[in-house]
Amino acid sequence: MTGDDDLLREFLLESVENLDRLDQDFVALEREPDDRERLGAIFRTIHTIKGTSGFFDLSRLESLTHAGETLLSRLRDGELALDGAMTSALLATVDAVRGMLASIEADGSEGSLDIAPLVAELARLGAQTRLPPRGPSGPAGAADSRAAAAAPASSERAAPRGASIADTTVRVDVGLLDDVMNMVGELVLARNQIVQLGHQVTDPSFVKASQRLDLLTTELQAGIMKTRMQPIGNVWNKLPRVVRDLAHARGKRVDVELDGADTELDRTILEALKDPLTHLVRNAVDHGVETPAQRRAAGKPERGRLFLKAFHESGQVNIEVSDDGAGLDVARIRARAVERGLVTAEHAAQLSEREAMRLVFEPGVSTAERVTSVSGRGVGMDVVRTNIEKIGGAVDVASALGRGTVLKIKIPLTLAIVPALIVTARAERFAVPQVNLLELVRLEGEQLRANVEEVGGATLCRLRGDLLPLVFLDRALELTGADPEPSSKERVTVVVVQADDRRFGLVVDGIRDTEEIVVKPLGKELEGIGVFAGATIMGDGRVALILDVLGLARRAGVVSEARPRGVTDERGAAEIEPQAPLLLCRVGEEGRMAIPLSLIARIEEIDRASVERTSGGEVVRRRGEILPLVDLSRFFGATSRSTGPLHVVVCAAPITASGQGVGLVVEQVLDIVEERSPARLRGTRPGVLATVVVRDEVAELLDVEGVVRMAARRVEGAVAA
Amino acid sequence: MIASRDASDAPATRQLCTFFVDGLLFGVDVVNVQEVLRHQATTPVPLAPAAVRGLINLRGQIVTAIDVRARLGLRPRRTEDSPMNVVATTRDGTVSLLVDEIGDVIEVHERTFERAPAAMNVTLRAALLGVFDLEGRILLLLDAEEVAALGGTCGSRVNETSTRER
Repeated sequence: MTGDDDLLREFLLESVENLDRLDQDFVALEREPDDRERLGAIFRTIHTIKGTSGFFDLSRLESLTHAGETLLSRLRDGELALDGAMTSALLATVDAVRGMLASIEADGSEGSLDIAPLVAELARLGAQTRLPPRGPSGPAGAADSRAAAAAPASSERAAPRGASIADTTVRVDVGLLDDVMNMVGELVLARNQIVQLGHQVTDPSFVKASQRLDLLTTELQAGIMKTRMQPIGNVWNKLPRVVRDLAHARGKRVDVELDGADTELDRTILEALKDPLTHLVRNAVDHGVETPAQRRAAGKPERGRLFLKAFHESGQVNIEVSDDGAGLDVARIRARAVERGLVTAEHAAQLSEREAMRLVFEPGVSTAERVTSVSGRGVGMDVVRTNIEKIGGAVDVASALGRGTVLKIKIPLTLAIVPALIVTARAERFAVPQVNLLELVRLEGEQLRANVEEVGGATLCRLRGDLLPLVFLDRALELTGADPEPSSKERVTVVVVQADDRRFGLVVDGIRDTEEIVVKPLGKELEGIGVFAGATIMGDGRVALILDVLGLARRAGVVSEARPRGVTDERGAAEIEPQAPLLLCRVGEEGRMAIPLSLIARIEEIDRASVERTSGGEVVRRRGEILPLVDLSRFFGATSRSTGPLHVVVCAAPITASGQGVGLVVEQVLDIVEERSPARLRGTRPGVLATVVVRDEVAELLDVEGVVRMAARRVEGAVAA
Repeated sequence: MIASRDASDAPATRQLCTFFVDGLLFGVDVVNVQEVLRHQATTPVPLAPAAVRGLINLRGQIVTAIDVRARLGLRPRRTEDSPMNVVATTRDGTVSLLVDEIGDVIEVHERTFERAPAAMNVTLRAALLGVFDLEGRILLLLDAEEVAALGGTCGSRVNETSTRER
């Protein structure tokens, strides 16, 4: 009995996979109806299912597949040409077979679906008058197919298919894979503990062993992660069929293009992505793409275009669903949101175009004029957003009226193990997932007083010309532990984070380390809190909570327009052209800094003795003018051991507010470089605009104006004290 | 599972793991008790209901520790006393019940089972499946599912804040 069960299970598994491929095959066939090879493959799949269903005594499944097979055999032999009606009937057959298989899997019965009309339709289509013969005319098709149907099923059932692949792959139960993944998670934690212990042990053999363990665990983890990765194509493959059916029903013509179908994602994420993605695609066909008549009138090609794109970027997967349809009508969205009471009329008027567009993700906002079976009822986009946020992703929309809509989804590659920054607040540790991190900023003394302001109950921080809302982690979480140190009033550490579209500064007491953490779910009883994404076990065996940055932003009520990652701000971007030459200098013992050449007037060597100290800081007299100096090594707190003449990079006026130039004292001028990789990270400390890669080494791009401004303030502060 | 069981088809006796909380004797079916542990380091969960004492690391599994005293509206434990963990399995996962002291595993007769008296403190009564009248002592049969559910106290505060978001 169990042997039979196993066989049946295998049959179900294989059939479902094959059916999925059929969907694609049929859609492709509609465009190229003469593709005999494809027809042959379809025929074989249906035939295999028919044969096996006979073996298991599934009579209704057998009679349905037999009817489908008869029609297919005539198509394959070129006696009939595939048309829309046939494709629809055959696709309906695939659906019915799928339904029956699902029912068999669930309770062993073939289900209650009435297949008689479909069988009759297939028979009618198959019995149509023979076309003028195309290609080699073989023996009478109908008789041939009957003969094939009558042939013993078992002989073809084991038809070899892709034997080479079968030899090198194994089918693994997903549950087993999940178990292995969990164990690797435990191993990572144990490794973290061992590595931490290793710091206290001096025995070199232990240290060696722990390093080896560290390395192996990392590799094992990467390997296991890979086994769980699946190409996004597995989900996408179903979409052309969805589009075809829907477009057919709506009298539209839509071409689907897929790009990046081999982009891989963790299977749990892929699973969670299936519904939102299908919904977006349906939406695009139903509301986005216009009817051929409307498109003609608008001067567009009759066939609409739906474009799906997936690609990896900075540890995340980006998915874009775009159409060239009518686009979103922002005015209507505003009106609808006001009507639904989501925003007041004044508020709606104040919203930027982009913010207003994002209202489509709110419940009840649908701009569809007609309510159709699939969309327009105002549910959907909010569910899409919720589902995507649930897996740590974000969704955004961009649209141009009359030209089309793009929906952009960003999701993490994997959920199980993520790099995170460990921060502390009131002696408690919290993990901030790296994907949410933008930069770390430390504000002290004068800088703190000058750049942080309380406005109407909100705390704002000025950062390179932007206003950033601050959220104090201890206050947001209502932590009651002892204040860490009284001097904390004089110094704040800000973790600039971004979640979805919200960028804000999280004020923490301290920053520990970046660690690979294993995300573990919180119990159901704690689900409602909404500011924690889970918990993890730290190297010392204690539990730390993982912050849900988006939830925290919601709780604190902070909203800020997003800025694209990697670009600092407008001033920075305008100042530094992508291929602008840079002067590379050494600052301190080993720091490498880059200064845009366009800002530099000249480079000089100045005798140390000629430096004069004034109330405004250090200056040097040159050619009848006074040049203020900023020692970069000292500014960035690095040590300087050189004793010879000072290397001064003179930046041309007007760098400072007073219209003066400034001399930046560096340790050594290294080189002038032209090339710069496109990879830029935001600066990690004040005075640095970005981190860039120059000649395969990292250099910090100096924020000249910021440094001069800050240096001036420090001097003023020192004088005042 | 226990709650829905009819007295008539239940076995005549059952084994309970017992423990003391604020001088009261409680019991949970041994089937639902995974293990008993000494005091564990806990990580507090900000914004959680008061009964949630924190999270503990149970051999890599993260388990919520619920203070039975706070949950049942009993007097708070003296700070110098460290609680014991009764790790119980519920439909929604594993929770640790923080109790004062562990008692014996005892066998009770179903016929001594009674509904919780109506005169009891409401919070306490709602968390009980019933009581057993042992000779000279009342044993309160704790409903671990109900205790772990935290009485729906969690979550309401979050909804109000999420509406502020545009």
